[in-house]
Amino acid sequence: MSDTAAPRPASTTRRRVLMAAPLVVAGAAGVGFWRMLSGMTQGSFDPHDIHVPVLDRPVPDFALPDQAPGQGFGAADLRALTRPVLVNFFASWCIPCVAEMPVLNALKDRLPIWGIAYKDKPDNAAGFVRRAGNPYARIAGDLPGLTAIDWGVSGVPESFLIGPGGVIRWHTAAPLGEDTIHDTLLPLAASLTR
Amino acid sequence: MTPRTARARTLFVLTLLAGLSPLAAAAVDDPSEMLPDPRQEARAEAIGAQLRCLVCQNESIEDSGADLARDLRHVVRDHVARGESDRQIMDWMVGRYGNFIRLRPPLTAGTLLLWVMPVLALLVGAGAAFLSFRRPRTATPAPLTDAERARLSDLTRPR
Repeated sequence: MSDTAAPRPASTTRRRVLMAAPLVVAGAAGVGFWRMLSGMTQGSFDPHDIHVPVLDRPVPDFALPDQAPGQGFGAADLRALTRPVLVNFFASWCIPCVAEMPVLNALKDRLPIWGIAYKDKPDNAAGFVRRAGNPYARIAGDLPGLTAIDWGVSGVPESFLIGPGGVIRWHTAAPLGEDTIHDTLLPLAASLTR
Repeated sequence: MTPRTARARTLFVLTLLAGLSPLAAAAVDDPSEMLPDPRQEARAEAIGAQLRCLVCQNESIEDSGADLARDLRHVVRDHVARGESDRQIMDWMVGRYGNFIRLRPPLTAGTLLLWVMPVLALLVGAGAAFLSFRRPRTATPAPLTDAERARLSDLTRPR
């Protein structure tokens, strides 16, 4: 009796481990997906937020025409900066940009915002900016959208924090929200000003 | 061939065709966007097929109808016409959009697990199969004890 009973506990343990393994894997996958989904609702994870490799590099060379109702700018103007500036790619045809405008208007007194109208007819962009209350200190127009490609822009709105000397310090491919501005953007801008 | 297998074969061929049709519909839809030199155009298409459309994310820029994809197709053709190598054009794209733009991720320390996973899975499966085949199923069960034999006859006794 003792001979036959001896191997039994070992094989039951093995069987239990084998049965538990898929459950553990499924549980781990569940936790992973839950974290992704909760990150998406809280805004800490955005699958569309592409991490561009332009960070900590000087802005690419570009020269763009002025876009009403502001004075335009080029790469040289950004490289001559001594204080941080937020460069915001926008378009009148972009719905998230419309939603972002009040946020930018609330931000413009604490951090200068320079806009680049992306693939937008100059008249449409001008009308859109005027109606929105113009958060931009300077605006340039990128109708062909090729300058935006040099910046690694994949859509609008996209924002880049430019530090002194025209170096790209931070980037987001998502519309700016109050949380991002207070938790990330403004502290970073303050650290660059010093 | 029975009618049943004939139908199955037709279905198989149709499925195959349906799977191939996106390939046929790929490439630049507007002929004016194409390069005049067919060899250069073929190169541009091959490069574009390896680049992710950043708007649709699961399509190549050759397959996508997005504005950005059209612009990127244009950029690729510009660089091809200038005589740049495939490597140079790929590096230009990765320099702006990161490795995310490559539909085929490069083999780096970060993607090593991704690339070796199929081999790893095969090895683990083969190992598990080998172990389970090698181990003898179950030894012949020990003969029943007197008590067990008595209980068995008790259980199987007709009522």
